[in-house]
Amino acid sequence: MKINERFYPILATLAVLALLYGYGIFEHRAFSDTYVLGALLTDNAFLIITAVGMTFVILSGGIDLSVGSMIAFIGVLMAELVTGFGMHPLMAALISLIVGAAFGAFMGVIIAKFDIQPFIITLAGMFFLRGVCFLINLDSVPIDHPFVAAFSGFKVQLPGRGWLTASALLMLATVIGGVVIAHYTRFGRNVYAIGGDRHSAELLGIPVHSTIIRVYTLSGFFSALSGVVFAFYTASAYPLAAVGVELDAIAAVVIGGTLLTGGMGFVMGTFFGGIIMGVIQTLIAFDGSLNSWWTKIMIGALLFGFIVLQRLITRSFSGMRAGTT
Amino acid sequence: MTDTALSAGTEDIVLSVRGAGKFFPGVKALQDVDFDLKRGEIHALLGENGAGKSTLIKVITGVHPRDAGAVMLDGEEIHPQHPGDAQGLGISTVYQEVNLVPTLSVAENLMLERQTRKFGLISWKKTEADAKAALEILGLDIDVNRPLGSYSVAIQQLVAIARAVALDARVLILDEPTASLDGEEIKTLFRIMRELRDKGLGIVFVTHFLDQVYAVTDRITVLRNGRLVGTFVTSELAQIDLINHMLGRELAEVSAHRHQDEGNYSGPKRTIQIKNLGKKRVLEPVSLDLQAGEIVGLAGLLGSGRTELSELIFGTQKADSGLVFLDGEPVMLRSPRHAIRSGFGLCPEDRKQDGIVAELSVRENIVLALQGRRGWLRPIPRAEQQKFADDMIKALGIATPDSEKPVGQLSGGNQQKVILARWLVSKPILLILDEPTRGIDVGAHADIIKLIKELCDEGLALLVASSELEEIVAFADRVAVMRDREKVSELVGAEITQNKIIEAIAR
Repeated sequence: MKINERFYPILATLAVLALLYGYGIFEHRAFSDTYVLGALLTDNAFLIITAVGMTFVILSGGIDLSVGSMIAFIGVLMAELVTGFGMHPLMAALISLIVGAAFGAFMGVIIAKFDIQPFIITLAGMFFLRGVCFLINLDSVPIDHPFVAAFSGFKVQLPGRGWLTASALLMLATVIGGVVIAHYTRFGRNVYAIGGDRHSAELLGIPVHSTIIRVYTLSGFFSALSGVVFAFYTASAYPLAAVGVELDAIAAVVIGGTLLTGGMGFVMGTFFGGIIMGVIQTLIAFDGSLNSWWTKIMIGALLFGFIVLQRLITRSFSGMRAGTT
Repeated sequence: MTDTALSAGTEDIVLSVRGAGKFFPGVKALQDVDFDLKRGEIHALLGENGAGKSTLIKVITGVHPRDAGAVMLDGEEIHPQHPGDAQGLGISTVYQEVNLVPTLSVAENLMLERQTRKFGLISWKKTEADAKAALEILGLDIDVNRPLGSYSVAIQQLVAIARAVALDARVLILDEPTASLDGEEIKTLFRIMRELRDKGLGIVFVTHFLDQVYAVTDRITVLRNGRLVGTFVTSELAQIDLINHMLGRELAEVSAHRHQDEGNYSGPKRTIQIKNLGKKRVLEPVSLDLQAGEIVGLAGLLGSGRTELSELIFGTQKADSGLVFLDGEPVMLRSPRHAIRSGFGLCPEDRKQDGIVAELSVRENIVLALQGRRGWLRPIPRAEQQKFADDMIKALGIATPDSEKPVGQLSGGNQQKVILARWLVSKPILLILDEPTRGIDVGAHADIIKLIKELCDEGLALLVASSELEEIVAFADRVAVMRDREKVSELVGAEITQNKIIEAIAR
């Protein structure tokens, strides 16, 4: 039986992951320990949570550059609410999620109603949120609260020496949630349709505007959730946190096999993409002799490869329109 | 069968348009048009480019809000705001360009917004079964999990129809559905159309192939210049009358055979020799000679290598064998840029995608190739550009209010004329026309063919690929017949008849 074309990119992602992990285990005995796996899941939790939201944005044919600033902004906001107003961290998290989703929705409305390039609107959002961080707080501040301490201390033991942290568990839940939304709801399928061919989607009777607004709302929500996890995980807030995370998230999505032009990809792929980036980092840390910038070089090379692969796959399609109409 | 469909009373009218009007700045695209569609009929909607066919369909389906008149579905006035609305009401449309999503699976394209859900989540098993059932109505058995884009355009078109029908449609509008289908595929489509008609669907069929109109429709409505000419029973309307209704004038003499000795060109005899031009898996090596003042026809079925040969000569695709000589000198054909520099021009088959730059004005499109040939460091003065554009608009009869209108807003026939104009101002030696009359209606068709003959008299060498044999027979001095990516025969002078060409293709 012929393998469905839609699975080619994610199969490539899995192959790369297997290769890298296999190399790690071959080179360093310790790599096979669940300790490495647990650390990978924890350290990349906030990145993958953001990337899940980014997956929807890219699937719809858009981009969201505001997510890195959102993470920092939510951290600063949480610190202010918890230490400044004495709020319970869970309450502060709830408010943060609402604020994040609302800001995403706001950008979505502008993008959809005024038909403006998402690149430029979310770029504005990126500057705006980063600026607001400094309006609230100029320095790094700790978030002191027993709940935060409990959150970062929470562990589920894995077989071997590894464990899953609360961040990792939240991230896994987010990935599962993302998979369900993408593949088992009409909203999710409409996102794919719009990214595949917006003009056709419109003629097929899909509510394009409301779907796009919901996509950016979702991205705002997930990046806010990522900000909450980041704040809990580091137990601090810093206006210059998570600079450039938007680009890491985009890289994770693309390495995960999602078409940069939209319409094809999997949330699960993004999870693997994020893990691949973490594995590369870990490999270079294990090696010890290599400069950490090698991480960027490897990720760059992988991106080149994946983008060419995507092109080869879409080129074989008949009736595939260039760009968005 | 036709009679029973027609004897039905007025209560059987499913869609009724009364006094519809649509005005764009400076243009009355649609004016006081009445249109009735009965249950269980196939109704052809005909007219020249710009007659208002597309506008009428867009008014019915809610793409454009109407400025005057009423649209009634089963006696109730409707106001669809967008195609989704119309779909919900039971009016489905299948467009010429397949408007589905190539990256999604066939099943998803069929079931978008209608997936079966359990507890709010999509049940893929049930959705795929539904999709299969929808395709079975059309007798189509394909893997519904594969992406739509991995299938041929013909199958995509059938999937689009399956979707339209599965939406409990009462009215099905087919806008030029046969443009990219071959003969067998068209037969399948017609069979399906008849079956759907017999199930009581009202079908609006827009096409510019008159033989198809007579093959499959029950009634015909003709529009001209945004107004209604009349509605006729197909079996009672002679083709010549139909053409008269569409054009409002006798069809220009299209079919007079032009032989080499009729050519009026007596200038220098420039020659283009194509020697063993080929590319692996694309085209077997082809040799062909052309002369100034000569029209060479390129005949063959869809996929026979017509388009491929054009593209190899123009450098759009790189040949891996053979050479092209101009007056005995080899020509570099590494890219279209080189070809243009050497004095070659190509009007491609798909003018929307490869030909016009829709956002640029008529003037800008016309000077594009000339500018490219001069190089960007020597811009053409504005006044000169204007003169070129105005001359061409007049000479070719391009219907545009002025030279600054974006080409994308012109009708298909006029877009084609703009592309022709573009090459004419750059004074090419060889002009390749790939399906110059595709998607163009009868009137513009005659104009284009007349133009082709005139060009030739001015000393151009023309290579014209076409799937319409009558057309080739009408103007070609020589015909190269292609089959299975290979040149199989070359016909000259009196040998050029439809029968001879068909024989050569079939042999």
